[in-house]
Amino acid sequence: MRSPSPACPLGALWLAGGSSARWSCAVVLAMMKKHGVPDPRALGALCSPPILETSKRDLLGRVCWPRRGSACLGPSRKAWVQGRLCVPGPQRWNPMGGFCEKLLLSDRWSWSDVSGLQHRPLDGVALPSPHWEWESDWYVDENFGGEPTEKGVGELSTHRGCPGLGVPWAHLAPCAAVPNTSWCLTSACCDGMGIGIFRLAHSLLFSFLPTFPSSSNSFPLEPHRAPTLVFQGWTYAIDFPATYTRDKKWNSCVRRRKWIRYRRYKSRDTWAKIPSKDDPKQLPDPFNDLSVGGWEITEEPSGRLSVWAVSVQGRVWYREDVSHSNPEGSSWSLVDTPGEVVQISCGPHDLLWATLWEGQALVREGIGRNSPTGSCWSIVEPPGPENGIMHVSVGVGVVWAVTKDRKVWFRRGVNSHNPCGTSWIEMVGEMTMVNVGLNDQVWGIGCEDRAVYFRQGVTPSELSGKTWKAIMAARECDRSHSGSSSSLLSAGCFFGDEVKGSGESAPSDTDATSEVERPGPGQHLPVESLDNSRNLKESLASGPVASRTAEGVIENACPTEGGPGLASTPAVLPWTNIDLKEPKKVPSHSAAGFPETTGLSSMGLLPLGLEEPYGAEDHPLWAWVSGGGCAVEACYVPKWFAAQSGLSPSVQTLSLSIMPAQTAAWRKQILQQLTERTKRELENFRHYEQAVEQSVWVKTGTLQWWCDWKPHKWVDVRVALEQFTGHDGARDSILFIYYVVHGEKKYIHVFLNDVTVLVPLLSEGKHSFALYTPERTRQRWPVRLAAATEQDMNDWLALLSLSCCESRKVHGRPSPQAIWSVTCKGDIFVSEPSPDLEAQEHPLPCDQMFWRQMGGHLRVVEANSQGVVWGLGYDHTAWVYTGGYGGGCFQGLASSTSNIYTQSDVKSVYIYENQRWNPVTGYTSRGLPTDRYMWSDATGLQECTKASTKPPSLQWTWVSDWSVDFSVPGGTDQEGWQYASDFPASYHGYKTMKDFVRRRCWARKCKLVTSGPWLEVAPIALRDVSIIPESPGTDRNGSSIALWAVSDKGDVLCRLGVSALNPAGSSWLHVGTDQPFTSVSIGACYQVWAVARDGSAFYRGSVSPSRPAGDCWYHIPSPPKQRLKQVSVGQTSVYALDENGNLWCRQGITPSYPQGSSWEHVSNNVCSVSVGPLDQVWVIADKVQGSRSLSRGTVCHRTGVQPHEPSGQGWDYGIGGGWDHISVRANATRAPRSSSREQEPSAPKEALGPACC
Amino acid sequence: MTDDKDVLRDVWFGRIPTCFTLYQDEITEREAEPYYLLLPRVSYLTLVTDKVKKHFQKVMRQEDISEIWFEYEGTPLKWHYPIGLLFDLLASSSALPWNITVHFKSFPEKDLLHCPSKDVIEAHFMSCMKEADALKHKSQVINEMQKKDHKQLWMGLQNDRFDQFWAINRKLMEYPAEENGFRYIPFRIYQTTTERPFIQKLFRPVAADGQLHTLGDLLKEVCPSAIAPEDGEKKNQVMIHGIEPMLETPLQWLSEHLSYPDNFLHISIIPQPTD
Repeated sequence: MRSPSPACPLGALWLAGGSSARWSCAVVLAMMKKHGVPDPRALGALCSPPILETSKRDLLGRVCWPRRGSACLGPSRKAWVQGRLCVPGPQRWNPMGGFCEKLLLSDRWSWSDVSGLQHRPLDGVALPSPHWEWESDWYVDENFGGEPTEKGVGELSTHRGCPGLGVPWAHLAPCAAVPNTSWCLTSACCDGMGIGIFRLAHSLLFSFLPTFPSSSNSFPLEPHRAPTLVFQGWTYAIDFPATYTRDKKWNSCVRRRKWIRYRRYKSRDTWAKIPSKDDPKQLPDPFNDLSVGGWEITEEPSGRLSVWAVSVQGRVWYREDVSHSNPEGSSWSLVDTPGEVVQISCGPHDLLWATLWEGQALVREGIGRNSPTGSCWSIVEPPGPENGIMHVSVGVGVVWAVTKDRKVWFRRGVNSHNPCGTSWIEMVGEMTMVNVGLNDQVWGIGCEDRAVYFRQGVTPSELSGKTWKAIMAARECDRSHSGSSSSLLSAGCFFGDEVKGSGESAPSDTDATSEVERPGPGQHLPVESLDNSRNLKESLASGPVASRTAEGVIENACPTEGGPGLASTPAVLPWTNIDLKEPKKVPSHSAAGFPETTGLSSMGLLPLGLEEPYGAEDHPLWAWVSGGGCAVEACYVPKWFAAQSGLSPSVQTLSLSIMPAQTAAWRKQILQQLTERTKRELENFRHYEQAVEQSVWVKTGTLQWWCDWKPHKWVDVRVALEQFTGHDGARDSILFIYYVVHGEKKYIHVFLNDVTVLVPLLSEGKHSFALYTPERTRQRWPVRLAAATEQDMNDWLALLSLSCCESRKVHGRPSPQAIWSVTCKGDIFVSEPSPDLEAQEHPLPCDQMFWRQMGGHLRVVEANSQGVVWGLGYDHTAWVYTGGYGGGCFQGLASSTSNIYTQSDVKSVYIYENQRWNPVTGYTSRGLPTDRYMWSDATGLQECTKASTKPPSLQWTWVSDWSVDFSVPGGTDQEGWQYASDFPASYHGYKTMKDFVRRRCWARKCKLVTSGPWLEVAPIALRDVSIIPESPGTDRNGSSIALWAVSDKGDVLCRLGVSALNPAGSSWLHVGTDQPFTSVSIGACYQVWAVARDGSAFYRGSVSPSRPAGDCWYHIPSPPKQRLKQVSVGQTSVYALDENGNLWCRQGITPSYPQGSSWEHVSNNVCSVSVGPLDQVWVIADKVQGSRSLSRGTVCHRTGVQPHEPSGQGWDYGIGGGWDHISVRANATRAPRSSSREQEPSAPKEALGPACC
Repeated sequence: MTDDKDVLRDVWFGRIPTCFTLYQDEITEREAEPYYLLLPRVSYLTLVTDKVKKHFQKVMRQEDISEIWFEYEGTPLKWHYPIGLLFDLLASSSALPWNITVHFKSFPEKDLLHCPSKDVIEAHFMSCMKEADALKHKSQVINEMQKKDHKQLWMGLQNDRFDQFWAINRKLMEYPAEENGFRYIPFRIYQTTTERPFIQKLFRPVAADGQLHTLGDLLKEVCPSAIAPEDGEKKNQVMIHGIEPMLETPLQWLSEHLSYPDNFLHISIIPQPTD
């Protein structure tokens, strides 16, 4: 074995095989971090005691190959790949026996793939390799193009071969969308033991059974009138091959049905041997080098990887079909080269360089979305003729090389358009090899000392970096969670319209928001988020992992047996801990221990009994490093990289910083004693006079104010905040705003106990915030103030916020019943519900609710009344609430001391390139004088060029370059263009004669780093989450809290082990579906409803505490001609929202028929809905008109919701102007007066329990 | 869940019910009623006793009034010690309210500093703050502050404004992320049993091996007599702000949360009450 190639951030670690018994080396497996804080373990490194002061050729010569070289697929994080094979059974109808399996001679196979051309008998479908296993038996797919075939709800097919269907009502995407040659991901989840993740892939193979209609059967022509037919999953057509329909018609002569079987990739956490490419008849040609990359090729299907290998004979091989779902790939294909290649390096984008034996470099040209293997080679000469290139490594836009004299070279001028670059620059230092990791960060092995070096100062603007820095062993683990910029996540969705984004309908320009942001379609989200979101916490949390990793290293350091030995050893690596747990006492430390630190911590803390190959003083000699799994942010280089050897690591500190001081006995004792002291010294003496009278305190400053009169503009104002204490000790404050109008001095004032919310409004230029009172909420016209600097704004915001909280006596952690909401800027707000908020008569108007901000940046927050709160970021990262408060701009008193962590989020900014066709030059960027800007936002009204478009605010920084977005609704051509007859119109992805304009969408990712009371729940990225609401007085008997989620891939997941003490839960349980889902919601009686990508709803049967995942899905048709996008279930009510903003209430729900009977239209103009445990209904309304202006995204409360009238009567408008999401599902409090009345309706609700549970 | 911020609040708003009585030998025109007041633990006697002064001066002749001073059970009370410290050290075992005798004559020159005006208290307070920051941050934080920040600290204390004070004071409680605490912990240990006013030494919050020092470590180092031998009987109470933190409490945390406004941990070692 020679070189482990770069671990790539998708989690697959490949290893070039061909091991030698007489050549020992150790493999350190890479653990990957999504979060930019690499652990030394994240570095794949090869440590070899006896290596190589020899030339590369010598090195090759010394390798002897006792067996045939082979490639191994390393223990990827995506442990399980679940696949599904479908074999449709065709039948032909004949006049005698009806449909039968006897086909015409000319017919297709009675068991075939979807094309009908290939014979696929059920028992002949084999697993592709030993690394796959069947998950279930064959069963018939009973859905056709998203519609159930021929039968009522829930009846199971009894056809042979499909007993005990696990997923009888699973939904399938249209067959055509899943060609039998390709694998497509459908879901990802984690098994019940929390051991790992597996994901679904299915290759649909169809077979056909022909039939002829029998005259005795009459077939209704309308789909809804087929109640008498027994559904068996057949679809009918006139003859093969044709278009199949669900309904048997008079002319249906053949029928077919699809058989499905799940399979999954089982070789997780182990090295899986890739079957050899070699033709047995020829001499073996083992692999010599391997490189994995290509996961960020612009707009390629997500999860695809490029795996390149070089054989000893110098030939280059490309592994076909490697992707997340199929980490093995399918076959090796030879790529011709002009010479004998010795080494290869493949970047995450489209760079691929190789070195030739003669010392030149080869550069692959033409790599792109449509041609991952590229088209041709170019040759790049080495820096000097006498010293050829020995080793080359490429990143996104950089090429580093090492020549035979060990000098390091940086290639100038490399980019997508010019992959060859322009010239070599010599770098200081001598290395045996260099490796470019994520974010173009560079790692190397020093020539002299064989230490691992990290290139410091590599930033997007200075790709060559500054200096080499030897890496120390981990001293402590940085807790910052700065996300990896390698994550390809697009922006989150304003109004949860993932379905829209991925669907067929092309919204017109006017649908788009005026922001340059645009909802990112779910489909093109990268798979990697699933895997690489394993974050630092886990590794921190898994002390044993660290030591066992080290164990693995040491075992491997002994001469290994070769491939099989490799395959078995890493299997002990526990990649299992995907959960948030209290950290163990053992700090994680690097396997890459260096002498300066080994004596202090690393080696000293290894479990006893391990055979150590080196003494503590021994200096490990490194031979290979791969930083491909180690995301280092240019500006957030982890501390341990630069750790001084003199500073000793502190186990105590580590555990202290992680373990909140709250849990310590000494702290509890102090709090208790303070309380006792206060009681002792104050209780009987409250009538005593206070020594110090409270006085007024004033803070003044200069701000700008968005004036109330027209023309509205920013005017300079003096601002004074006057705080005073009332007789009861309560504080109140008044904010005075002094302004001058027409030479006259005037002021307005706001009582801070009247303020309902303070919203930061960060934009490119202004550091401003809005201040709402109930009156101004009704007017849709807040007081807007802007500060000169961000610091100034934060100071004011924090002070005003604190004053508001003081005057309302709100501080500390929000109550478990709190109502959470999120603005479209990702700011999080929380409100304490007063008991009369949900009163039957005279409920508290919701414009009087007081909202305070929580630190962090999220797209969705969901809560339940036991204090379990989950959030989802724009990059689909899942976060759990830690119980802290503050963070972000709230420092000091407004923030809790502990439980505040760094949080990051990534979203995309979109601009459009517009062109008009003219007869002379074709499409040009010169439009008509009346045309829109040639570079614009989605509406075309704002000019947005690549250069001028800035991140949404100063808090955001660019983390990628502009790239064409191919996944826009309506489709694009190969260059990303969409065509239309004129602006603005609906666009389509192909050119017709009538099209005179075209546009294409460019996306650029930006990233925010902030802080807040949130911890990441790795590793699965989520699109939706729902926590079971607790009705008042329910006793769950200690059973865990049900939490359902939909992953960003559309898989439905169920979280196990969630409790008030462990809100993050322990592991994911996958719930099978036949198509991607978009939304899920669980009601108080364990009614789980979900919405699939095709817009229909599903009800999950038999969900109960003992059966958390339920048993089967029941299909619920969507309202006529509408595609649903969100569902929310309260205690009994079920509300759903469609893509056109219509809100629907499910009617006819009874305990015995929890699916209900029909949808009743409740309202339009709705963006998002949340139904709570009192069946209260809250929405975010699209547009609400106030007396002063219009606001988009307004919190609204449904009034008049009664048990017998669950759809309510009207809306009460609350805070608005950019609100995006609300969760009232934690609020189960109701004024006691009316709650007694509420007992009655809750009685039948209880009765619902047995039926659903 | 309570947060550490609540500790700050509890500490700040600690009050000692006090009964001021005029010394019997003071000459009055009519009988002086005792005066009852809730004294802030974190403040200074002369800063919060304007009302007391006014109350007793009403019954006295102008010529009999010189500088006011206070005494408890024969011990003159040092105004430049925080009130909470004085109480813990001298009176924590006695019943409440705390009975303080007010004097207007015979100023005990050898025991007390003169306090002619609030400026003197301010100067003393600010010099303590500066000393504490010298220990914690080599004075870097306090020196970087503006004059108005210093004023805000003082005004916060004088007006008993918790948030006004802590808006600035929190900066003094920060430390570089790469460190595990302050450079040295500003502390003073007071004992009634010794002549020495207090013990103050350089002591780091983190040991050389990275372990966080605890209150117990500190006492072992600088005042071993204060802690009982492992098997022996507990002879002393270690008291801060009227409570006895466990000896396992990390010193850094104590310094951040239980320091007086002057940024010092004032620790009282008092004999264990016998009852």
